[in-house]
Amino acid sequence: MSILDLPLTVEKTEPPESIWSKLRYHLARNPLGLVGAAIMALFVFCAIFADFITAYGPTVTDAAHRLLHPGSGHVLGTDQMGRDIFSRIIYGARISLAVGLGSTFLGSVFGVALGLASGYLGGWVDLLIQRIVDVLQAVPLLVLALVMAAALGPALDNTILAISIPLIPYTARVIRSNTLALREQPFVEAARGVGMSEFRIALRHVLPNTIAPLIVIATAQLGAAILTEASLSFLGLGVPEPHPSWGRMLSESAAEYVRTAPWLVVFPGLAISLAVFSTNLFGDALRDILDPRLRD
Amino acid sequence: MLVTLFGISVLVFVMLRLVPGNIADIVFNAAGMIDVAEKAKLEKELGLDQPIYVQYAQWINGLAHGDLGYSYVSEKPALQEIAPRIPITAKLAALALGFAVIFGVPLGVISAVRQNTPLDYVLRVISLSGLSMPAFWLGLLILMGFVAYFGTIPIYTNPPKGFWNTLLLFSIPAAAVGFRSSALVMRLTRSSMLEVLRQDYIRTARAKGAPNQSVYYRHALRNAMLPVVTVIGIEAAFLMGGLIVTETVFNIPGVARFLVEAIRWRDYPIVQNLVMFIAVVAVSINFLIDLLYAVLDPRIRYAN
Repeated sequence: MSILDLPLTVEKTEPPESIWSKLRYHLARNPLGLVGAAIMALFVFCAIFADFITAYGPTVTDAAHRLLHPGSGHVLGTDQMGRDIFSRIIYGARISLAVGLGSTFLGSVFGVALGLASGYLGGWVDLLIQRIVDVLQAVPLLVLALVMAAALGPALDNTILAISIPLIPYTARVIRSNTLALREQPFVEAARGVGMSEFRIALRHVLPNTIAPLIVIATAQLGAAILTEASLSFLGLGVPEPHPSWGRMLSESAAEYVRTAPWLVVFPGLAISLAVFSTNLFGDALRDILDPRLRD
Repeated sequence: MLVTLFGISVLVFVMLRLVPGNIADIVFNAAGMIDVAEKAKLEKELGLDQPIYVQYAQWINGLAHGDLGYSYVSEKPALQEIAPRIPITAKLAALALGFAVIFGVPLGVISAVRQNTPLDYVLRVISLSGLSMPAFWLGLLILMGFVAYFGTIPIYTNPPKGFWNTLLLFSIPAAAVGFRSSALVMRLTRSSMLEVLRQDYIRTARAKGAPNQSVYYRHALRNAMLPVVTVIGIEAAFLMGGLIVTETVFNIPGVARFLVEAIRWRDYPIVQNLVMFIAVVAVSINFLIDLLYAVLDPRIRYAN
């Protein structure tokens, strides 16, 4: 009887709780996180079903009905060109979410790739990547995004790219430090022992273990990305016309109406703040669940 | 540190050259002129016909000699354009940081000491909304409030005279910028305090009969301040983002608003020197913070 014929049984232990069941459990106990998730879901709903929610097109101008007060047929009033504010805010959710999710995703992809390579390979690769990360991190987020946006030119996809670049160093740092710790774990040694290639170990064994910190930092960056898009568009260097962007609704033209038409100022800003607030609430809850060391 | 600054200079320089169309194109489009020879002459005058690495070398060489080149728009030396705007932004930033520390630290301590009470929840929600509000919107709301109650808008028209007038005029936009920073400082002070309050030496301090105030402020806060100082340092550099939009809202002629104007005009000499300046400030502040650690925490010693 060779060793291969021995029955290969593994002691059955408690199945590890999945992230989703943990999430449900903690959200039930963390009402603020649940509120955040609910508001986020509302924004996603508005973005997807904007066509069915709104009565007016977001870019339809109406010279006869300029600067109407809230109520009066238009729930949140109209702007200086007679466009319906409510429609613009609902459609604006699409832009905000597209830029927020898009740039967070792009930044995470680059950040994870750099962080994983840096932490797992070490040596001169690590040194080189860390210098790049230092450079990107030394310039304030909005300044770098502004210069990038100006360099790339005004377009939706360029705005996404311009915001994703300054997000890279933060993700890269977190993933690198996690990878450094994971690299020394016995299961990596075991994988190497059975002859797995280094590339495969990095992708199949190290990468999945960095998911939790990645989710935490990506949620935090989602809010930052939405805020940055609003700031860029406010300064006239973000998403161009005809896309209805919350930030651009608040730019110069609205600033003139601070005296006469405050609803032009209040509602778009409220939308930005609420969207970012919900990601912050949700992000805090996620961090408590996924990263217990940071719990307060 | 020098490697980082070198990297930033290359990054900024190359990015600006990615911009489709240079100043010569803009001038010519604006004037409706299409004389190719004229345009080539202008490009030559501005040094835009040289290869990019030559342009870069010229810039760095100039920087080393204190020559920042000339603004394309005003045709004045870039240094003359930038230098007078720096004190304005510096004052605003200092006030905003002061605001952040004066409100952020004590509120953070209170929130930590009263953990999970209604007061703690209220303070936490306020600080989280501070982190969620765009600084320019807060600025606009403040302007609206002034219109409603005082009938005037406190925006910058003439340079203020005297210390108190300056303080008054700058403290409003500084509050708009500093609200976010104070929210951040408060959040961090709270979590850092909570961690410290759980430690053994706090129990010892209580056991020997130290009053609450002394435990919180003399024993706990001192150790809790280390991460807070880091964040204040990072915020000091990153206040720039808030300053850019706030200076725009309040019409303040500082460097932050100037950066946006220069970017719109493709005024390369201004943009690249300003971004470099911002990066130098950010890197230096981080360096100072590292030194400050050693002062605050005697356990940290840097090798000579």
